[in-house]
Amino acid sequence: MRKVWIALTYLVFTLLLIIPLIKIFSGSWANGWSGFVEAVTRPQSLHALMMTGIIVIVVTALNTIFGIMLALYLVRADWLGAKMKRLLGSMVDLPFAVSPVIGGLMIVLIFGPNTVLGALFEGAGIKIVYALPGMIIATLFVTFPLMVREVMPVLGEIGSQQEEAASTLGAYSWYTFWKVTWPSIRWGVIYGVVLTVARSLGEFGAVLVVSGNIMNKTQTATTLVYQDVENFNVVAANGIALILAAFSVGLLLMMEWAKKRKEVH
Amino acid sequence: MHIEVRNLNKSFGDFNAVQNVSFEIEKGHLIGLLGPSGGGKTSILRMLAGLETPSSGDILFHGKRVNDLPPQERGIGFVFQNYALFKHMTVYDNIAFGLKVKKQSKEQIRERVMSLVELTGLKGFEHRYAHQLSGGQRQRVAFARALAPEPQLLLLDEPFAAIDAKIRTELRTWLKEMIERVGITSIFVTHDQDEAIEVADEIMIINKGRLEQKGSPWEIYKNPETPFVASFIGESTIVEQVDKLKGFEEAAGEPGTKALIRPEYIEIGKPGEIKLASAATRGSVKHVHFRGSEWMVELDIGNMVLITYRPLEKEVLHPGDAVDVLVHRAYIFNDHESWIAENRLKVDPMPLYI
Repeated sequence: MRKVWIALTYLVFTLLLIIPLIKIFSGSWANGWSGFVEAVTRPQSLHALMMTGIIVIVVTALNTIFGIMLALYLVRADWLGAKMKRLLGSMVDLPFAVSPVIGGLMIVLIFGPNTVLGALFEGAGIKIVYALPGMIIATLFVTFPLMVREVMPVLGEIGSQQEEAASTLGAYSWYTFWKVTWPSIRWGVIYGVVLTVARSLGEFGAVLVVSGNIMNKTQTATTLVYQDVENFNVVAANGIALILAAFSVGLLLMMEWAKKRKEVH
Repeated sequence: MHIEVRNLNKSFGDFNAVQNVSFEIEKGHLIGLLGPSGGGKTSILRMLAGLETPSSGDILFHGKRVNDLPPQERGIGFVFQNYALFKHMTVYDNIAFGLKVKKQSKEQIRERVMSLVELTGLKGFEHRYAHQLSGGQRQRVAFARALAPEPQLLLLDEPFAAIDAKIRTELRTWLKEMIERVGITSIFVTHDQDEAIEVADEIMIINKGRLEQKGSPWEIYKNPETPFVASFIGESTIVEQVDKLKGFEEAAGEPGTKALIRPEYIEIGKPGEIKLASAATRGSVKHVHFRGSEWMVELDIGNMVLITYRPLEKEVLHPGDAVDVLVHRAYIFNDHESWIAENRLKVDPMPLYI
């Protein structure tokens, strides 16, 4: 009986993870090397990959800075009541609970062309929805808890005594952060960065709603794959998917490495 | 550094951690803040360091108000209960931290750190990390780190709490010596009276956020000003009916008056053994416990139980033996006053009782 269960587990694992990967790989090579290169070097492919790249970089940078700051303020703020802290702490998890599509929709409802805020920005010449800023905000919304959730427990665990010790030794907050706090949270932050990159690389729903998926304008790699599949351009879809998958595998390896370091410290 | 604290208060919500505490500390003195856990000692220490803001009251260093100065500007060294060593730094870097902040030159830092390493007996451990050190070594690193920037006041929060009982006594002596050698004004917090009595020049007893008494260990032992101090320092038994003891018949004036009697105030002997038999009360031995270097004897007198010690050289007592109990003095207190009463019959060796 036990053997059957073991076999079944491996079967599910293979069906869910290994076969799709092999399928993507073989699919992208269906028309040989030239077919793959052609699919990937189409103007819309290059543009979509660039958009994804920009989103990943900007979102990761913003999420890292604000994620660390929020984690610091949530854990270290004595002036916040315990109840308020708990409330804010659970608010951080909101994006985990809300479907990304609904997250995207919320952004459209706030910044859409027919809303007050949207019209205000539009008047200033900044387009948010159906443009890059909206896509960045949407991805930021989806990835926001990742960094905060990685850093908060580490900060809680190391406590504030080392920082207090630094202050009695004459160090001000900036120096203390870099010399005392940062070395302790470093690996948590790196793990958070890897998670954020992975999530923003693969984000689909929120971006689709906000971007409108306009080819050569607001199309990302994932929404392009979606469109290629819709158009029965399976080879091209597989090609882009393969590139995304390659990145993901690379990130996975980094994640393992970061996790190990995190445990050491 | 001369320190003065005036009407210091600290409340956390509804809880008054520190209430109206005022004191002065002479330059170079070693002060022990002693009291039960949760009594506000650590809050006082943290306010002196600037890690906590007083709700009201003034803190003065050298006559200058420092309430609004951040900890960075106060010129203090702080040794935390769990040492709070920077765990990703070596012993050397830990000690050098305060000097690097001050942007001293590499040679200056090296010289100062090495002299402190030498002073604290950590030579050879400079390149170890905190997790590679024993508790005692960690404490010494924390001490050296706090001293490195040459503070004028050293604050230590339960410096011996995290150390094995065996090494603790050794470290106490070491710390007292170190502080004397450096000559720095120091305040340490402890809940252990032996520690305070042994290490401190002066003790401040803190209970429920209030300063109960300040004085040298001997003064506090000899003349406790409040019932709390009397019961907290040394060993003691509280007796409700002190007038049942010979020599204290007049001590219990009004109802609710109690007496606190220390084991060392009591002399016992088999009938006839005590010279001032007239001042002694007849009682019996309830229990005897062997305490390593002496016997602890529990006595039954009427319905009172008293505790005292008896040297090993004297004849061994057994439960049930009749004994004469001579109480030399008692600390008498009621709700509004307290005093020390001597055994009256001791003064007049030929009383009417004969």
